[in-house]
Amino acid sequence: MTIRLAGLTLPGRSALSDGLAKSIGALLSLSLTGLLFALLMTLIWQGANQLSPDFLLSAPQAGGRTGGINSILVSTAMILLVCLAALVPLGLASAILVTQWLASGSFPERITSYSMDVLSAVPSIVFALFGYQFFAITLGLGFSILAGGLTLACMSLPLMIRGTEQALRGVPNELHQASNALGLSTSGMLWKVLLPSARHGIAAAIILSIGRALAETAVLLFTAGYVLRMPSSVMDSGRTLSVHIYDLAMHVPGGEQRAAATAIVLVSLIILINLAVHRLLRTSEVSHAR
Amino acid sequence: MTTSSFPQPTDRRDRLLFVLCAISTLVVVALLLLLTVSTVLKAVPALPSLTQALTETNWAPLSGQFGMLAMIVGSLTVSLLALSLAAPLALILAAWLALYSPPLLRAPLRTLYELMAGIPSVVYGLWGLILLVPLVNQLAPPGASLLSAAIVVALMILPYGVLLIDSRLQSVPLTARQAALAAGLPRFAMFRAVYWPMTRDGAVKAMVLQFGRAIGETMAVLMVAGNVVALPDSVLAPVRTLTANIALEMGYADDGHRAMLYLSGVLLLLVAMLTMALVRRNP
Amino acid sequence: MRTNKVFMRLQCALVITILAGCSPAPDSLSLTGSSTIAPVMTEIAQHYEAEHKIRIDVQSGGSGRGIQDVRQGLADAGMASRALTPTELAEGLQAHTIAYDGIALIIHSDNPLTELSREQVVALYQGKIDNWSALSLPARPVVIVNKAEGRSTLELFLQEFGLKSEQIKADVVAGENQQVILTVAGNSGAVGYVSIGAALAAESSGATIRTLPLDGIPATTEAIANGSWPLQRPLNLVTRGQPDTDIDALLQYIRHSSDARRLILDYQFVPATN
Repeated sequence: MTIRLAGLTLPGRSALSDGLAKSIGALLSLSLTGLLFALLMTLIWQGANQLSPDFLLSAPQAGGRTGGINSILVSTAMILLVCLAALVPLGLASAILVTQWLASGSFPERITSYSMDVLSAVPSIVFALFGYQFFAITLGLGFSILAGGLTLACMSLPLMIRGTEQALRGVPNELHQASNALGLSTSGMLWKVLLPSARHGIAAAIILSIGRALAETAVLLFTAGYVLRMPSSVMDSGRTLSVHIYDLAMHVPGGEQRAAATAIVLVSLIILINLAVHRLLRTSEVSHAR
Repeated sequence: MTTSSFPQPTDRRDRLLFVLCAISTLVVVALLLLLTVSTVLKAVPALPSLTQALTETNWAPLSGQFGMLAMIVGSLTVSLLALSLAAPLALILAAWLALYSPPLLRAPLRTLYELMAGIPSVVYGLWGLILLVPLVNQLAPPGASLLSAAIVVALMILPYGVLLIDSRLQSVPLTARQAALAAGLPRFAMFRAVYWPMTRDGAVKAMVLQFGRAIGETMAVLMVAGNVVALPDSVLAPVRTLTANIALEMGYADDGHRAMLYLSGVLLLLVAMLTMALVRRNP
Repeated sequence: MRTNKVFMRLQCALVITILAGCSPAPDSLSLTGSSTIAPVMTEIAQHYEAEHKIRIDVQSGGSGRGIQDVRQGLADAGMASRALTPTELAEGLQAHTIAYDGIALIIHSDNPLTELSREQVVALYQGKIDNWSALSLPARPVVIVNKAEGRSTLELFLQEFGLKSEQIKADVVAGENQQVILTVAGNSGAVGYVSIGAALAAESSGATIRTLPLDGIPATTEAIANGSWPLQRPLNLVTRGQPDTDIDALLQYIRHSSDARRLILDYQFVPATN
């Protein structure tokens, strides 16, 4: 919207604020991106010289100071699988229950979403102790990938449930109404309409949960453990990338460079996983015209 | 027009779905209840010292002093400061990402945020300790301080905030967008008039979730906050949060001390509950 | 639906991995405890496993966790980076020293200070000197780095300098050795104390720190080995009562094999000659 004044065409107030918003947003985004990039660069600068195909494929030697990280990659993958296998069905199902069968704003619904929020505030150290006590000792799983994955699933449940719930609630009413008009059952509506429509939010929730799982250190140290050996099953103890980074950076003498290298691998893994999730859920397609 | 491609409504399928979902939810509720109850039970032996914990600042467990006030203040100030830094920033970044950014940059930027969300807190802690703390030290020693902790935590919760708000913005229905475009609104006005009202609740809830994360963060804070148990007299003073305290002391605590540590965990949850209840009341 | 198939595949993968684990486990030992000992123990275990038909799982979690796990029978042996307390000894726990580690004061490498007397250390840590200019050095605020409660390094430090915990006026409290090192390395006015092994390793990796001599003796592993370095802590394997045959065999290996001794020296500790 422009203003004509004395033969000049000036940007109107809303165009001005638009321009301002655009520049401020761009400036902040650029600065933050620059900062994040610089931080990632410090990792690359410290650790890039340790990277090689050998690093990924060979076993750790000398307590991690030489050799590679193959067993750690396998342990991490297994823990992620266990975590997702528990987290995604439980999270989706609970979110579906809350959105489909509990009226929005009703007491049960408010209580569930409130408890999910509060639970996301539980410090990871408390989860670590709980995971060790319940999964490792009470359920008898010991230091194991299974115990680690299940504890991680517990940790990410609030995020997954809230994220999916938000995504499902964000589906516009018209789609609900159209589904009802077509005579779809609840399950049909979910499968064919709601879930596909909510997939951006669900993908975001899954990706963030995976991110959280990969980033967790204390919890895994107490549940999945510290062992460097290649795991032969989910009952074996196995170290994840984050635990390895922690140990190399804080306890192994001269391990900083390898910690940085492992961190680079972790970061690359996250990129790959996110690409995979987007591809699987087909959220990389732009659904709205711009 | 046939609708044979759609599943026919069957009570049985819906019932099965309901049962599966109900079982899931019960498992989730049971697990999380177990967590809360076991933590609270472990804190019960410490209840007699509750008043001391809440009102005194002297924390010397080996001499029986359990004043947690300084650490409660520490936890609150770090997370509130972190949130006040991260929330507006997350909103601006998400809005810019969803509405203004060049389409080619969008996917890489999102990937960058997703990436940052997956980096372990120990790495953030190390970045803070090696890069930020010496910088803050120039302002005032020791550098490891409330401010450093708040900045590092803000950096950690920022990606989550941006991605969550961004996904809400992305799911604003096409019809609303089209209406706004038809009205000839420039993007900022479109954001204010159309996007924000529709996503405000979700955005606020996303940041509330991040407050939870902020107050629960342990390892990164441990590395950069200074960990001195004392009421901070400025943002540049060292503080100890309740979480860092649990991490530092759980390893050697005897039974009474341990119960106090669990009590601090419960207090943390109560603080989170209160703050979140307040936000829900007036977003 | 594509998501359905993926789901199925994930479930199958999980089932297969679980089933794969249902085979009888070989003889195994579990050691839990100190994160200082865990890295070198992991390496020793790897070497030991290559020569003996036994699996050794090393877990971290801190000296306290190690001792507790041994007490409760959750681990075969605990790793503790300190001596056992009288209470623990009374419970029947036994300590088997496998190495020694020294503790030294460190400062930033830009700090021209060459030595601190014991009185000066006490004064610094009590907060009585707040600027290095008081010691005729370029003016810089003093930043005192202390270890957190319960750490054996703190206990030894207090004992050696006759200080009580309440008397210390710290600017930064650190949980781990590496945190002390990084804090001091980033602050030219800082002073802290850490395990000599960690300090020497950091220095050789280029960290901007320097160890300070004590009573005129420089901080080296030789000084620990010949007993002249005053501040030492034992690195122990803790067992409940007498160690069983497997643990005993491992202890013999650690104490007598050249491989184990070389590994311990590699980590800048001093092997226990017993």
